[in-house]
Amino acid sequence: MDFQLPEYNLQLMLPEIVLFVWALVVLSFDLATKRKSGSAVGYLAMAGVLITGIVLAFTGHGQGFGQMFVADSMAVFFKMIFLCAAFMAIGSSFGITKDKIVNHRGEFLGLMLFSTVGMMFLASSNELLSLYVGLELTTIPLFALAAFFKDDKLSVEAGIKYLVVGAFSSALLLYGISFLYGLSGSTDLLLMRLNLAASALMDYPKVAMVFVLATITILAGLGFKLALPPFHQWAPDVYQGAPTPVTAFLSVASKAAGLVAFAKIMVIGLFAYYDPFVAPIDWGMLVGIMAGSAMIVGNVLAVRQTNMKRMLAYSSIAHAGYIMVGMLAMNELGLASVGFYMFAYMFANMGIFAVVALIEERTGSAEIPDYGGFSKSSPFLAVSMTIMLLSLTGIPPLAGFFGKFYVFAAAIRQAGSDPVHQWMYWLVGVGLLTSVVALYYYANVIRTMYFGAQTDVPRIEFTAPALTVILIGVIGTVVFGLMPNVVVEFASQIPISDMIILP
Amino acid sequence: MESLILSLLIFFPLLGAILVALVPSNQHSTIKGVSLIVSIITMILSFAVYSWFDEVATGMQFEVNYSWVTSLGINYHLGIDGISLLLLVLTTILTVLCIISSWNSVTKGVKGYFVSMLLLSTGMLGVFCALDLFLFYVFWEVMLVPMYFLIGVWGGPRRVYAAIKFVLFTMFGSLLMLVALLYIYFQYQAFSGEYTFDLLKIMGMPIANQAQLWLFGAFALAFAIKVPLWPLHTWLPDAHVQAPTAGSVILAGVLLKMGTYGFIRICLPLFPDATITYMPWICVLAIIAIIYGALVSMVQKDIKSLVAFSSVSHMGFVMLGLFALNMQGMQGAVLQMINHGVSTGALFLIVGMIYERRHTRMIADFGGIAKVMPVFSAFFMIVTLSSIGLPFTNGFVGEFLILLGAFKANYIYGVVAASGVILAACYMLWMYQRVIFGRVTHEENKKLTDLTGREKLVLIPLVILIFWIGIYPKPFLRRIEPAVKVVLSQVSRASTVQLNEKFELEPVPVYGETGEVLEKTLTDNTGANR
Repeated sequence: MDFQLPEYNLQLMLPEIVLFVWALVVLSFDLATKRKSGSAVGYLAMAGVLITGIVLAFTGHGQGFGQMFVADSMAVFFKMIFLCAAFMAIGSSFGITKDKIVNHRGEFLGLMLFSTVGMMFLASSNELLSLYVGLELTTIPLFALAAFFKDDKLSVEAGIKYLVVGAFSSALLLYGISFLYGLSGSTDLLLMRLNLAASALMDYPKVAMVFVLATITILAGLGFKLALPPFHQWAPDVYQGAPTPVTAFLSVASKAAGLVAFAKIMVIGLFAYYDPFVAPIDWGMLVGIMAGSAMIVGNVLAVRQTNMKRMLAYSSIAHAGYIMVGMLAMNELGLASVGFYMFAYMFANMGIFAVVALIEERTGSAEIPDYGGFSKSSPFLAVSMTIMLLSLTGIPPLAGFFGKFYVFAAAIRQAGSDPVHQWMYWLVGVGLLTSVVALYYYANVIRTMYFGAQTDVPRIEFTAPALTVILIGVIGTVVFGLMPNVVVEFASQIPISDMIILP
Repeated sequence: MESLILSLLIFFPLLGAILVALVPSNQHSTIKGVSLIVSIITMILSFAVYSWFDEVATGMQFEVNYSWVTSLGINYHLGIDGISLLLLVLTTILTVLCIISSWNSVTKGVKGYFVSMLLLSTGMLGVFCALDLFLFYVFWEVMLVPMYFLIGVWGGPRRVYAAIKFVLFTMFGSLLMLVALLYIYFQYQAFSGEYTFDLLKIMGMPIANQAQLWLFGAFALAFAIKVPLWPLHTWLPDAHVQAPTAGSVILAGVLLKMGTYGFIRICLPLFPDATITYMPWICVLAIIAIIYGALVSMVQKDIKSLVAFSSVSHMGFVMLGLFALNMQGMQGAVLQMINHGVSTGALFLIVGMIYERRHTRMIADFGGIAKVMPVFSAFFMIVTLSSIGLPFTNGFVGEFLILLGAFKANYIYGVVAASGVILAACYMLWMYQRVIFGRVTHEENKKLTDLTGREKLVLIPLVILIFWIGIYPKPFLRRIEPAVKVVLSQVSRASTVQLNEKFELEPVPVYGETGEVLEKTLTDNTGANR
């Protein structure tokens, strides 16, 4: 039998390979210096992320391993987000004290890099199994990272919780994937969609039940990863307990990875709205309800939180809801808006967590009332935090506003395109109303910092990496708000990538 | 230079804010000096715009149009007509006066205060110049943040509550506006194949009647909250009373005008059919605002909240004039926007001056001030009379034109609204009497010092404006007139389409693209009045 090897195009995988090797180097460097490397290992890890970014910029687009590995605009865009988030998370982890990390700085950073490799791999995979492997490589290091402070009860609890929920959701996802494979006979996303549509056309009643089951299990699996209600309960506990840089990484990079997985399986694999020739099932409304409840639950529950990290956890649930609104808009603005929103969200959220980490290291508290008078003792940090919070609120001309605008634009376009999709107006309406609620609790933090009762906040000294991270956050938020052009151009390439063919 | 001047005008305060932010925060006098110089230069720039403005030309002047976010069709499009021109000048003048007036009253966080003032000024000037809906929205939202801090940090005892309430109300309205804006954006794309937020281009698009009703509602809610139109006014007393003096002046003087300006610039021209449908409703709400504001003012114990509620009443007049949909009413409304900025601004400044001396604003704590502070009382008298609308003061011209327009639209509106003028005289004069005349009943009041040179400097320009507009309003009205004509022609455009749908209509010229003069001569009675 004539068996032809597929074209590997290994050079496309170069960024992943570089980062993977680098992660090993980081691990062994810490060992080789007899765990006395201190912050040097951190700088080493940051350098690795930077180098990977440069390699990524020069790698270019293409397909490898048959069609299993794709480097298209979507992959590159999200890889940039992952790398930026990893860079900022590592930068804000310098302040973790020795007794907390028990001399395992190398492992801490190594795991974070491994997780990043998993995300990058996930973003490039064009096939269900490698996608699943990428997702597992992403989450398994995060279980360990969440529980990294061994002596901290909350951290350990977070780790266990995340492990159980993560494993459960992966199992659900895998279960759903197995159904899809059984129905279509292929794990390749595009082939799967065609086969599914064909089999649905031929004998719909027979497969309908399985379809529904597959869709629901996959949605549940991804819903857990993205913390969309009703699968969101784990998020606040994990976010609060995990070390702050890990929380930041979880809230941005891991969320972005979940979004990529969602886009690949659901948007590309199973087109959202019923269409006799391309999409066998209509899951748009179901996800619409999830997105709507994410915005409501996230924003409303965030109002009552007094712990900053918990509040940000709820707010991240809400932001996932906004992003899903963009995801549901199956037009050329949809995925582009998702990309831009995530990009803007990354700067603001990573920056805020960097500030939260700094305060936490100095005062040992992440309670919002303890931020009173913070503007007096550290005016620079307070101004930075204010700018980034306003960006999350969606106040122009900051990047977050543009993201929100973009997402709503995509949704309104979809709603206007077809009377069947008019329910999207309601989704946009919910988004707007909850934005007002969001304003309240973000403004509450600003209020405490500036007008709150004076607590005895010491002046906060910051290390050079932390300062870099905060500056990146602020500058990114402001610059990409004022000049979104560059990113918009890039993001609008996402929906016309090689592998995405929207009807 | 002429094409750059609007951008320079808008962003000069921003530059100044950055400059001030770089000054070390303990050098108070440098900070104040720099802010004052920046605001004065901004004012001179606005005077330059005023003098270069061609008063007879129709359409937008000093237009600039650059691409901002190319792929989404968002442009940096600025341009002004007579309405924006006067508001620009008012804004810059009030900013200078506010900075002078807060010279000594601000003691904590001096740097943040002046940075906020300058940022606020950038946002306000931007709103009045923007001709791209997206840009308009950006400026509209931008000024929320400095105002939040101005009220929240330097305000009165319930400042935090007032600040949050102010921001939540405004944000709620403006988010609805965002959706409406996006809807129009995609409608226009379907209509012409081009993605754009350009206001002047969108004006040429016919919008279905039903859609207009919704869109008008969304925009009108955002603007009506800002105006504020009864029953959306509840944020205003809190914000006004709690804000520091300069904050109140800017709020009353400029921010409220942004609401009415939004109506003129966006609601009326874009949704003419809806304008005509909603006209009676808005007129009734405006009249309720006039009477309600006046009645509530009458029972206030605090001078500042009295002035705040009087704003509700006065802005009701502006709305009534606007929605009379005729030349006189609208001209009067625009002029009254300026008048209200001048006279209510002056009232807040005066209240601030006496508060600095006595640290109370309760009417009952005063009495007989005329004996101890004669100059103050004289200024107060002039401003009070201007607020009431005595002939030869600015308020008279504006209110007269508005009432004339209201009578033309529907005499019942005119009759009921006119009673608001009488009520205004009641509450203002009664307040003045209790504060200024009579015997000095409180020991503390005997030692009050009269106005200082700085305070006189703040009030004199406003008094000059009061009399100038009152005695010789022609230069202002002449600049407003072409702009108002254009707005009315936009409204009449669609109303004729609506009325004569079945007939072949001659194409209505779309103004703005090249700034050409409207060929169609307009009578001041539009189809609206039929």
